[in-house]
Amino acid sequence: MEKLIDQIKQGKVWSIPGGIHPPGQKLQSTTQAIARLPLPDKLVVSLKQHIGANGKLIVEKGQQVLKGQALTKPSGNWSVPVHAPTSGLISDICPMPSAHPSALPELSVIIEPDGKDNWCELNPVPDAKALSHDELVDIIHQSGIAGMGGAGFPTYVKADTRKAIEFLIVNAVECEPYITADDMLMREHADGIIAGIELMQQLLSPQLTIIGIEDNKPDAIAAMKQAAQHNDSIIVQTVPTVYPSGGEKQLIKLLTGKEVPSGSIPADIGMLVQNVGTLFAVNQAVHEGKPLIERVVTVTGNTIHKQGNVWALLGTEIKHLLDCQGFSPVPQQRVVMGGPMMGFTLPTVRIGVVKTTNCILAPDHHELAEPGDEKACIRCSACADACPASLLPQQLQWFAKSKEYDKLNEHNLFDCIECGACAYVCPSEIPLVQYYRVAKAEIKEQQAEQIKAERAKERFEARKERLEREQEERQNRHKRKPAAKSDGEKQKVADALARVKSKSDDKDSKSAVAAAIARAKAKKQGAEIEPDNSEVAKERAARKEQARKYKEQKALEQGEEGVDKDDKKSAVAAAIARAKAKKAAQATEENASAETEAAPKDDKKAAVAAAIARAKAKKAAQAAEHQTEADSAPVDDKKAAVAAAIARAKAKKAAQAAENQTEAEAESAPVDDKKAAVAAAIARAKAKKAAQAAENQTEAEEDSAPVDDKKAAVAAAIARAKAKKAAKEQTQSDDSSQQTNDSSTEADAQPQSDAPESSEDKKKAAVAAAIARAKAKKAAKEQAQSDDSSEQINDSNDEADAKPQSDAPESSEDKKKAAVARAIARAKAKKLQQEGNDKS
Amino acid sequence: MTLFYALIALGSLALIFGLILGFAAVRFRVESNPIVDQIDTILPQTQCGQCGYPGCRPYAEAIANGDEINKCPPGGEATVKKLADLMGVEAKPLAGGEQADPVKTVAYIREDECIGCTKCIQACPVDAIVGATRQMHTVLIDECTGCDLCVEPCPVDCIDMLPVKETKQTWKWQLNAIPVTQVD
Repeated sequence: MEKLIDQIKQGKVWSIPGGIHPPGQKLQSTTQAIARLPLPDKLVVSLKQHIGANGKLIVEKGQQVLKGQALTKPSGNWSVPVHAPTSGLISDICPMPSAHPSALPELSVIIEPDGKDNWCELNPVPDAKALSHDELVDIIHQSGIAGMGGAGFPTYVKADTRKAIEFLIVNAVECEPYITADDMLMREHADGIIAGIELMQQLLSPQLTIIGIEDNKPDAIAAMKQAAQHNDSIIVQTVPTVYPSGGEKQLIKLLTGKEVPSGSIPADIGMLVQNVGTLFAVNQAVHEGKPLIERVVTVTGNTIHKQGNVWALLGTEIKHLLDCQGFSPVPQQRVVMGGPMMGFTLPTVRIGVVKTTNCILAPDHHELAEPGDEKACIRCSACADACPASLLPQQLQWFAKSKEYDKLNEHNLFDCIECGACAYVCPSEIPLVQYYRVAKAEIKEQQAEQIKAERAKERFEARKERLEREQEERQNRHKRKPAAKSDGEKQKVADALARVKSKSDDKDSKSAVAAAIARAKAKKQGAEIEPDNSEVAKERAARKEQARKYKEQKALEQGEEGVDKDDKKSAVAAAIARAKAKKAAQATEENASAETEAAPKDDKKAAVAAAIARAKAKKAAQAAEHQTEADSAPVDDKKAAVAAAIARAKAKKAAQAAENQTEAEAESAPVDDKKAAVAAAIARAKAKKAAQAAENQTEAEEDSAPVDDKKAAVAAAIARAKAKKAAKEQTQSDDSSQQTNDSSTEADAQPQSDAPESSEDKKKAAVAAAIARAKAKKAAKEQAQSDDSSEQINDSNDEADAKPQSDAPESSEDKKKAAVARAIARAKAKKLQQEGNDKS
Repeated sequence: MTLFYALIALGSLALIFGLILGFAAVRFRVESNPIVDQIDTILPQTQCGQCGYPGCRPYAEAIANGDEINKCPPGGEATVKKLADLMGVEAKPLAGGEQADPVKTVAYIREDECIGCTKCIQACPVDAIVGATRQMHTVLIDECTGCDLCVEPCPVDCIDMLPVKETKQTWKWQLNAIPVTQVD
């Protein structure tokens, strides 16, 4: 090591293989000092100007920003921020063409300068020596500094390396023709660069710092030597002019004689390379507190009148640079970002300058001829002689053409630095580098796909395993349950029967009222005289009122929000209706057998009623579905579907409201109201039971009892109507119930758009609510017992829907019924609430 | 007598070698057919089932047992070629006449139309769809393999298969492209 340092100090320079000597073309742009440009009309600051992730945007459209204000916030993962290059207004934040050969859009902040160029508050560090390592790295990070030589690697990552660095190498070679940005920067700001080097030394404490400068820049060499005089650990080394000696690995070889192994980075062998521009930016950031917002750009080429270097704010459009320097384009004008060897032709000049833009070349057709037609390779091997990475370009070319990616990897394609020396010397004008670039992109894509496939496989297998496990668990549960049942099977069956029976008895006694109403209604259809007429009339009036309200509301909505909303609503209603029908059918299957045993007589009637009910539901659902397809469907259908959905939800809400109220309220209510409510509640229960009992019955039975049928149907219809009405009243009196009803927030949050409430209605509703409450309470108790079955229903997966049948054989049918009903109702209410929110 | 000794010697040798071989067979047993693994790594792992098998590995097993190698549309011609190299058979065009170079797609759920039925979640072979009952679902684009399996079960047809967006990372230099210049 000591010997090596001695050798270097004596000025020894090693050599690199290959290399070419293209015409320098640098003199024309070094005659003038670095110019300052007038502010452009707008600045397009791309969020991603480096290798790594975007920072997080912290400004918004329309915001006023100051010069140097951070526009993004870094968030790890090699992200560095960007800053406002001048003060002004953010006119837009949108994807804009990026400084990339593809010009694919990249999210950019567009700033309209206000012309004041006001700096934000700067925090220069007076004594950088006092800063800790982490503080210094953080300043570099927050200043948005990324490698300005061309790669754009985040400088803070390099500065924070864990590896021991022996040599800090400063890349001032600038070997590519035309580019003089670093040259001019060194001539004018050598002191700043040396200060930046010293900061890096403080961070990395290398044994030696070597500044490599090509011998075609005597002024820069002199300036740097002058500036570095005071520091012994900095050596300015002159290297011969050969392209591409400025490549990172090539420069290391030139200055230290060491080679960076294939596939590793310089830090692995104790080297770290920084560009002079980057070091100057570090100096600016630390000693002046200025983030990276501008850089030196060489604007050159024969179509430019004032060839030279300019300080360009990041985000300045290339067009502005060209215009300011006097640009007279030729037909088929090309504008190249970067040099003629490694740069790329821009698809548009409306692209902002980024941190890695060191040169804008606008050549005419004489100085940079269009590439001619590719001819056959004559195997002259000139490319292999020129290759600075000692690769075999000719072999690589064959493999790239035949897409033999394995072979390309074997021949170390990824050590190719794409310098273009091979293509430059090729007598057949084969665009070798283009072939390598395509092959590299393909290989990278394949690797990415391989990784993705690997992950997909993992996920697929994990999923398979999970499904198998779930299946096993389910089977185990099935096995366990029947075993438990067999222990006290008889006892349980007997229990269940007794319970069912007692319930049906109970109902029989109460159903007298319902029957009376049913009869009355049947009569009313034929004749006029009707003892309970007033109530039915009231009911109908209420229904009409409701319908009218709905129509109004709908019309209003249509006026305001157009057809869209209606579609959605009806779709929701349809979905609910379908789900409900399905649920009902399932519930029926479950309970059918038990019920047929317990109440054979009821069954027939019930079955018919259920069948009708089902048909109705289906029809409603169909109607609703129809609506979703065609907006022109009759309003009635829609209304009906929506009303049905709402009514169901209301019923549910009544139950919910009930839970929280006290029973005392119920007792204080007038007697006749109570009766009506009782009837309604019973009817509802009956309808439910009827629906559940349905599945087992054949149609023949239906035929055998025509009279019963009719009665049952009527009863069911009334029951349904009653239920609806009760529910409606309940919701009308929502105000009162809301006060007591804290816990059922979801349902109650629905805005009350329905009819104004009368005190009588309120009372009635309260009674109904009380009864419902009692019922719900009972249901809840049972629910708690049969918890797992209801939980599965709540999941309401298709799977879960099938479960209750088998999972809780020991729980009584009532429990199940209640649980199912509750679950469904809850879901409905939720949906409805959403609907309500939409409306409001 | 000599014959007898010779028989004993040979017999004991045979026994010893038999034991060694028997032990090796147990000790160094190959769990599965290694060719299946090799085929499986070539397959694109979309788990789409377009080959007629329930996933990539079953198809790999089928190929190892002599099935055709051209039943994988997502893999395209490249996969067929690789399989042909591996299996030592002739590469054929894809069985269904699909594109040789399939366009990569990912599923996209039109979220305002999603009704939250969870059917697509159950269909996804790589768990790349997240969501819950009656909640909007969405696709994890990075995990989606573009297998199309979620499109069919959707009751409201709110899932589109969109081509993967080109980024700077996936952009490839196009040699034969006509250079586009913007005139302004």
